[in-house]
Parts: sequence; C-alpha cells; structure tokens
Amino acid sequence: MSPTAGSTGGANATKPKLAIFGAASCGGCDVAIVNIHEHIVDVANAFEIVLWPTVMDGKYSDIETMADGEITITLVSGSMRTDETVHLSKLLRRKSKFMVAFGSCASEGCIPGLANLSSRKQIIDTAFSTTSTDNPDGIRPIWECEVPEGILHLPEFEPVLRTLDQVVEVDYTIPGCPPESNQIWAALEAVVKALNGTGPLPPKGSVLGAGDSTVCDECARKRDVKKINRFVRIQQVAGFDPEICLLEQGLPCNGPATRNGCGALCPAVSAPCIGCYGAAEGVIDYGARLMSAYASVVEATTPEEIDKVLDGIPDPVGQFYRFSLANSLLRSGRSAWQNDGE
Amino acid sequence: MSTQAPVAPAPAEGTAPATTFEPVIIGFTCNWCSYRAADLAGTARTKYPPNVRLIRLMCSGRLDPTFVLKAFSEGADAVMVSGCHPGECHYIEQNYKALRRFQLLRRTIESLGIEPQRLQLVWASAAEGVRLAGEIARVTEEVRALGPLGWPVGNLVDIDDVDLDAAWQATGGDAGGPPPAPGGVNPDHAAETAQ
Amino acid sequence: MSGNGHQPTEGGPSVGVPAEGGPSVGVPAEGEIRIGVYVCHCGSNIAGVVDVVEVARWAGEALKDRGVVIAREYRFMCSSPGQDLITDDIRDLGLNRIVVAACSPHLHENTFRNATARAGLNPYLCELVSIREQDSWVHTDKAAATAKAKAILSGGVERVRRNTPLDAIIVDINAATLVVGGGIAGIQAALEIADAGFHVYLVEKDASIGGHMAQFDKTFPTLDCAACILTPRMVSAGTHPNVTLLTWSEVTHVDGYVGNFTATILKKARYVDESLCTGCGVCSEKCPKNVIDEVYEAGLGYRKAIYTPFDQAVPRTPVIDRQNCTYFEKGTCKACEKFCESNAIRFDQQDEEITINIGNIILATGYEIFDARRIAQYGYGRLPNVFTSLEFERLSNSAGPTNGRIVLRDGVTEPKTVGVIHCVGSRDRNFNNYCSAICCMQSLKFAHLVKEHTGATVYNFYIDMRTVAKSYDEFYQRVMEEGTLFVRGKPAEVTEAGRLPGEEGKLIVQVEDTLAGRQRRIPVDMVVLSVGLQPRADAKELATRFGISCSSDGWAIEKHPKLDPVATMTEGVFIAGCVSGPKDIPSSVAQGAAAAARVLGRIQMKQMNLEPIKASVHADNCSGCRICNTMCPYNAISFQVAAGVSSINAAMCQGCGTCVAACPAGAIAGTGFSDEQVLAQIEGLLKVGADGTPLKRSAFPEAHHEPIEEAVRA
Repeated sequence: MSPTAGSTGGANATKPKLAIFGAASCGGCDVAIVNIHEHIVDVANAFEIVLWPTVMDGKYSDIETMADGEITITLVSGSMRTDETVHLSKLLRRKSKFMVAFGSCASEGCIPGLANLSSRKQIIDTAFSTTSTDNPDGIRPIWECEVPEGILHLPEFEPVLRTLDQVVEVDYTIPGCPPESNQIWAALEAVVKALNGTGPLPPKGSVLGAGDSTVCDECARKRDVKKINRFVRIQQVAGFDPEICLLEQGLPCNGPATRNGCGALCPAVSAPCIGCYGAAEGVIDYGARLMSAYASVVEATTPEEIDKVLDGIPDPVGQFYRFSLANSLLRSGRSAWQNDGE
Repeated sequence: MSTQAPVAPAPAEGTAPATTFEPVIIGFTCNWCSYRAADLAGTARTKYPPNVRLIRLMCSGRLDPTFVLKAFSEGADAVMVSGCHPGECHYIEQNYKALRRFQLLRRTIESLGIEPQRLQLVWASAAEGVRLAGEIARVTEEVRALGPLGWPVGNLVDIDDVDLDAAWQATGGDAGGPPPAPGGVNPDHAAETAQ
Repeated sequence: MSGNGHQPTEGGPSVGVPAEGGPSVGVPAEGEIRIGVYVCHCGSNIAGVVDVVEVARWAGEALKDRGVVIAREYRFMCSSPGQDLITDDIRDLGLNRIVVAACSPHLHENTFRNATARAGLNPYLCELVSIREQDSWVHTDKAAATAKAKAILSGGVERVRRNTPLDAIIVDINAATLVVGGGIAGIQAALEIADAGFHVYLVEKDASIGGHMAQFDKTFPTLDCAACILTPRMVSAGTHPNVTLLTWSEVTHVDGYVGNFTATILKKARYVDESLCTGCGVCSEKCPKNVIDEVYEAGLGYRKAIYTPFDQAVPRTPVIDRQNCTYFEKGTCKACEKFCESNAIRFDQQDEEITINIGNIILATGYEIFDARRIAQYGYGRLPNVFTSLEFERLSNSAGPTNGRIVLRDGVTEPKTVGVIHCVGSRDRNFNNYCSAICCMQSLKFAHLVKEHTGATVYNFYIDMRTVAKSYDEFYQRVMEEGTLFVRGKPAEVTEAGRLPGEEGKLIVQVEDTLAGRQRRIPVDMVVLSVGLQPRADAKELATRFGISCSSDGWAIEKHPKLDPVATMTEGVFIAGCVSGPKDIPSSVAQGAAAAARVLGRIQMKQMNLEPIKASVHADNCSGCRICNTMCPYNAISFQVAAGVSSINAAMCQGCGTCVAACPAGAIAGTGFSDEQVLAQIEGLLKVGADGTPLKRSAFPEAHHEPIEEAVRA
C-alpha cells in the first residue's frame, strides 16, 4: 500500500492513529515489526504512531488525554503480568477502536505464562535469592513504599499471569513468538486496506497473519500413518532423517496442533515445532489436543508399556503448554492461586 | 477378581452433617459397557453415593482430554473415566486410546498440582453393575479424603456461536464515525457499516 | 424473549403455565432457543426419592435464561398423555428443544424422539437424561438425589442447546447373505434364508459342512443318531439352488457396512476339480498313505492323504492333505490320478480368492473343546485309557474307528467299569469359570451308551446335575434307573498308582463323595472326561475381522444378553450357535433360525435407517498430519494423497468418536456427540452444587487495581 500523493508531513492529523505497546514482553515482537524492512516506511506513512515505547518517547498522559476510540488500532504484545500492564491495557482499550493481541504473550501467555506454575512468592524468592543474584540482605520488592518524594508505587506483580483477552475485549489476534515478519506485514496491509475501504474488514475475533490449518500443512516432510513406540529428545539421537516426519521419528513435534503461518521453519531444520503459533482454529485448549493426539498414536497397550513410552516426555507441561498455559482451560498450576501469599 | 464389591453405605436420610465435604465428580461412561453397567446398578437398586454425575459418550475412545480439563476448570473435584475392559471394546480397540490418553493426562495434571487420584480410570462391562457402584463409592471416598479442589473460575471461553456482526454493532459499531483513511482522504465505509 | 414466568402449578399433575399471549408468542425469533423440560415421576420410581415437582419448578426458574420456556412434571412421560404434553407444547409454544428427565435413554430415547418428530420437530433436538437408573434408584438421601437431578437436568439443558437437527442415514440392503460356519447353526440359518428365496454364501473352513455335530454318535435326550438328523440338512444345503457352498474356505477380509459388505474368501486348493469329481471314493481307496485323523476321528482313527472327512460329507469332493501326500513330498505316487475315472485330480490347482458382495453376515463358527492335558492330574495324554468326550463319541459311533465298540486304547478290551467326570475345565477358576451347559447331559448320555454297548458299571462324578431343558431331567431319571452310579464330588485325580487290593492295573479315581462325606478311591478301567466348551483359538481374530466384540474369554458378545441374543452391536453382523457361548443343539438351531429371520427382515425392508452419529473431517482445517489414520478399526479413515487431507467414509463410520478426540487440529467433527454438546453438558452438570444450590466458585486472585472505568467497549 503506497502512500497517496499529498500525504507527506503535515497530514499527520488525518492519518489513523497506531499504538504499539509492549506489556510484559521481551521486545522480540517489536523487533519482528521492524523486520518488515522497507515496509516500515509504508506503515509510518499510513499511520500516525502515537505510542511505541520501544522506539520512541511518549508519556502515559498522551494517551490519557485522547478521546475514547481515537486510536484506530493498538497492537499489544507481552502479557498481563503486573498491574501496570493491566491498567494500560484497559486504558488503551478504551482509547482504541481495534485492539490486537500481538504475538504469543498477548494471545496465549507464551513462555512467561509458565510462571503460572509457581506462586508469586516462589517466583520472587527465586528471582531475588538465587546464586546469580547479589542480594545479601534478602531484599524483596515492596509494592508501596514511602520515599522523600512521596509514596512510590511499584507495578504490583499479578498472582496469575493473564493474556490480553482475559483482561480486555480483543478484536484480532496475530499469533507467533514472534509473528513472522512477512505475516505481520500481510496483517497490517489487510488492516490498511480495510480502513481504506479497498478490502474487507475481518470479522471480529479473527486470527490474522496465520492460516486455517496447522504447521503440517506447510511442512515438506513426508507423512505416513503414525505408530510411535518411543519419544526421544533431540539431543538423544545422532541424526534425523531430513525427509520423514519428525513425530514418526520419535521427536515430539507440536506441528500437528499448531496453527500454520510460520512456514514450518523449525521442522525444515529438524527442530521439532514447539508450538509458538498457538492453537488451531476453534481449539480451546491446545495442550489437550496435543496430549490426545500423541497418546492416541502410541504403540503400547498395557499401562507399563505405555508409561515407558510416555517417559520419553519428561516434562509434559513444558511439552504441551510451553506457550499456551495462560489461556488453557486451567490457566495455571495450582500453587499460583492456592498458595498466593505463602 | 471379585464380582461383588462392597458398596459404601449411603448416608441416612437427613442425618448427613452439614460440614462433611461432598465432592462433585464428573464421570464419563461409554454407551455400550459402563453406561449400561450404571443402568444395571440402577435396575438392581444397588445403592452408592450421589457424588458422581455421569456423561454418556458412545465410546471411551471419544474421551477428549479437553473434557477432563473442562470439568476441573468448571469446579469438579475429580473426574472418573470408564469404559469397556481392554479387549472387549464394542468398537474393537478404542478403549486402548482412552487408556493412553488417561495416562498422559494424569502425568500432566500432576505437574499442574492436581493429585493424580482425582483422575480415575475404571473398566466395567455391561454386566458389572454392582462392581461399578462399588468403584463409584470407592472413588467418592478417596476424593472426599483429598478435600475440595475448587479450581477458580477462569476466563470462560464462550462456546456459543457469537454472531460477530451483531456483536460489532452492539459495541457501538462505527458510532464514532468512520476512521480517517491513511493518506488523508476520508472515504465512505458504507461497505462495512450499517449506515 | 422469555421474560414471562413459566411455573408449573403447585401440586397435582403437570400443568405448566405457558407464556402470556398464547400461541402467537410461540413463534421463535431467528436463532432463539426455546426449551421444554419434562420431569417424570415414573409413579414413585423417581418421585419417591427425587422431589420432581421441585426440580421442575427449579428448572422453570433457574434455567429460564438458558432458554427454558416451560417446565412440567408428569406421572408417566412415556404414556400417551405424557407424550402429548411434548407434542402439544412444541406446537403451541414453538419449542425447538426438548429435555426429558426420566429413565435411561436406552429405554425411551426413541419414544420421546418419535413424539418430537410427530410434532414436526427434528427428533435429534430431543434429549432424555436419566434421573432414575442413575439417581432415584441408586441413592437414598432424598435431598442429595434431588440436587443431583437438578444437576443432571441442567447438563441436559446445556447439551440440548448445542444439538443440531440431524437426518437418519438411509442405506440399501443387498439381498445376499454370508453365513460363516457350516455347523448345525450355520446350516439352519442358510437353509431358512435360501428357502425364503434369497441367496446365501455358506463358507466352511473344513472340507465338509456338519461341524462338531457330525462327529457325535447319539444326541441327547432323544438319542437320535446325530448323522441321521444332520445329513439330510447337509444335503439340502449342499444342493439348494440358492446356496453357494464354499468349503475348505475361509473369509480373510471384510469391508463395508450393513447392507453393503464386501467379503474376500480364500478358497484353498483341494487339488481336485469339483466340477469333474463324482465322489466315487476310489482315490481314497487307492491312496497308499495313512494319516492319523486328528480332526474328525479325534486322533483315534486313520484317513488317507486324499480324503473326505467322513462318508456323508457334503460336498463329496475329497481334498489332498499336502503335508502328508507322497506326490507333494517326493514327486512320486499319483495313485489317485491314475485311478480316477473322471480325471478330476489336479495337482497344480491353486488357492483362489473370491470377493463377494452381501448385505448381512451370520457368524456361526462354533466352539472348540477344552484341552484336557491342561489338567495334569486327570492324566489325559499320559494315561492311555483316559478319553475326552469327543474321543468317546467316535468310539461309540458305529461308523467310527472301532465300528461302535467301546473299547480301551488297545482297541480290543471292553471296559468293565467306566468313570465319567463332569465339568472338566469348566466351573473352574483355574481354567474356565463358566458352565459349559451341555456336559451334564452329555455325561448322562455317555453313561447310557456305555451300559448299552458294554453293560459296564458306570460312575458319573458330578458337582451339580444340570438337566434343564425339555425332557432333560426325565433322561437323568432314566439313566439313574438304568443303574448308573452317581458320585457328587469333583475328582482330585485319576491315577494308575494303585495301592489297595483291587486297584492293580486299573485307573483310580480319587474323589471326595460329598454326599457320603468321605474320600473314595474308585478303580475303573476307563475314564471319560466331559471336557468343557471353549471359544475357538482364533475367536478374537475372527471378531476383529468381522467387526464385532467378544468378551475376554473369546465368546462373541450379543447385543443384549436377554432381549437380543442373535444380534451384535455391529449392524448387519449376527451370531448363532456356540460362537456366543456353550449351548445345546436345539438352542443352536433356534438361534440359527432367529438370525435368519432377522436377516430376512432386513432384506424385506430393502433399506435401513442408521443413527446419524458420524465423524467428518473439515478439509479446510486438516493439515494431513495423518494422526487420525490409525484411529479407526473400521478403516473408515483414509488419506487423500492428491488433496493432502484425510477423509472419513461416512457409511463405514460407526460413530465411536475416537478420531474426533484424537485430531490435534480439532478438524474432525462428530455429530450427535460433538465437542460443543459434551462441553456444554459438563458446564451444565457443574452449575449445581451437591446441595442443590449453585456450585460455589472462587475467582483467580488479582493484584490491587486502581479503579478505572472498565476499558471494554459499550
């Protein structure tokens, strides 16, 4: 989408507003956006970027003073780990027409979601008292403390990490950790066309920048019927056949359950898919689908034989919920909510 | 293998103390064996505790781990899966798939902090009504001893089909006017609004 | 829409108060769900424990916003007036979903679905949930039972909201039938169908039909000669214009579904051209090779390498036993070929594979006998004069290896005393737990025959005397009167280690005589073991091949043990005779005829309705991972290479749903038990706590948040 004539410089006031916000994020999604290379110019021409903390300075008051719905589209990456991110998401929601859960953290919790296996205290204790932390006085964060300038509020750590759509209503989701840059551009381009009236507005709730099927659809490996008699870890086997399905070779590849759109980059280099593009269309618990699929094709009939094969996956939560724990049906481990405060 | 299992005595009417924890347990049964066994227990008026609520599936092979996790996330204290004995599945061999899914599911829920005894597997043929009743009684007592699970209410995934257009309109639609187009020209968005 | 209160009146039989405005209000807005709830008293069966009035009241109130428009309770919902409540409400109130809380769906699901259909609503929009077998009949705590009934009803309501209209699937029925097994049950079934004018393929793995019955001497209780009553049937089957007889053949593969099966049959080479052979028997006469006949003669006699199993064999065409034929071993002899006047010997004949299309299958593959060697203490196989029941039949049979003389293993000596042991391998937790049904009568028959042939003294060692059918007990009395001696006790062992006077050279049966209350050692010359019946060794394989289930023992499982003994759970496959469990000849014949009648009924209908519980793949969402490909025991799932997706043959799909659960992409949907329906039922069941109030839930903990107007739109 190339800029129309007469849209240079001072036409900012009539361009739709774009906000890009990283909540509890690693920054990788921002890098992925920038990785659309020259298309970033198209984006800058098409939108007025009103918030992008990674790239430019801005203040919360800039947002607070906007009218409701003034921002056309907000891309939120990162998860809702602190009360600040929750607050800002709600604020941005109010000020935005379209809210997009951008990337795996926002849409399903991603790796930080695995922190839901521990209670807040466990997390903070681990962060503040491991051997790599120099903390001889055993200091722990205090959410509110009095300092000469007044009361200092630290963003409080939420007991349970949440996804964006567990906090606000979300219009669209762009999955991936990070979303592939070509997919980011495709999604942005579609949005621009919709705003232009030259393309359809995707139905609310759609997943953009990804396919309707799973990674196997894009994977070039040859697939046969599945009869698994062992699961191995990638470091256990010397070489994998580059042409045959990884799952058939015993590598627990999450490709069959993971939405396509990434181009099956990992299986192409014999790395099993770990599921960063999230669940397939209509699936409400990603891990359940994987567990069902894997267990169904194990070639064993007695409990002992079955256990032997399943022992090849020593960390089931890591295997099945690596990215998606926070928006699975259970959302967390028990201690996150039961032992909060202990 | 005993075909007569002791059935826990049902609490006498009106004397159950208010403080006794009554677990709520979801049981999945298969149409041909375990559901018929439950029916048989009923016809024989075999008594067992009222804590298990049964769902009929055509086959234990239909058991999707999603169902089990859904039950826990909706507040069940335990889940019982039952089907035909291995080798006797009405659909030949589907209960083996159920067995494998059960074993994998059990490991995973244990890693999530749910005691593995909250997920139980019971095989029962259509003739084993009394035995199934005994197993239900046993599972109930085991779960009672574990105490409530009480998983909190999560973000309920609404599985009603949402009329997306209507939802869009209900939230105000384009009440704020069409957004300005990129590049400065403000086109008419008649295509996507009801105006 | 349902802003109006719809409460059933207090007390008395059902009267729900419909929405104000009458019938016109009953027209549902597009997409609106309008549910009618009907709670059955079932007399006092349910109402005696569950407060059905309260449950209906509760449903009308608490489930109003779940679409319940009317909630009624009634004494007997399955009665005509009960069903009328449903049909009237559908018409008057525009209901589009029905939930009945009553007995088990296995009893009345069809009743209520038919009522729903009569009112013009798709029958699959009606659900029946059980609050009787699973609630009122099994719980005594009324409060808990009432709470559970509410939960069950809530589950049903949530589920029915996700029900979609479905149409039964109609299939054509091929008029040809396959009968597997040419014993008395299979022959009976084949003749009934053939006489009715329809074609039957009768497949038998041995060289002749007749089964075990052809080996017997006399049959109880009438002492008819087995061959005399069997062979006319065999001849009819062999010559019937509507029967294609395939002996020395086995069914190797079955595909398809009711009305449309395809079976592959391996016709083993006989090395004799059936079309030329006249059955004169010269080839067997001239064949120089004698072989112990392990099958028909139970190892007691000989046959030749080219042979017909017995004189009255149908067909008369002999077979060559390759393993023992001099020509196949060394390339010489060929005496049969030399002497055959019809030039029918064909050493180069090959096995043939035949494919047939049939509409229904009857399995009548019979039984095997228990291997008595497993009970070492009875000495079978070690002590020469211990015989099995089948061996005894051959001895007693006048066409048998001893021409009907009941003699010891030396072939010459007649026994002076004979012991018959009942329940060998049956009613025994170490071997087979069940009773083999025919052994008591068989043992009495043996006692009678021994007396008749030899005048010997006979002891019958029994646990209980099971002589249940017509004329059976009278036969027992007759055998008693003939002077047979009965000892109630299970022998501990049969030994030749005699130590008391009178025991040398004899077999001693050591037994506790439980009526006399003492141990006894009874010296006999011959022991006959009434061995139990077992499923065939390949029973489970057979069951898998035909798509039916069998118990862990190996007996085929009938659809219902009392009400449907010849059908299986697999539509189109029936069972008859001992394949489903030990039984006597009259019962096997009755089952053969019953199975035939069922098949004839299907053929007459020409078409059949199948339950629309089927799985299907959404090709758009399928990535071709092929995980589902091994999920189907009916081979309904195949991979379409060109399209790169898997697909399901709806006709072959039996609706188990295993593939639906297995698909990692959630791309397979199953009607009748969809994800949405089951998940909704779970939600519904868990809305109600153990005490009938809403289940107490807590929320996930959150950090303290500064108040902000909620940032959700509108």
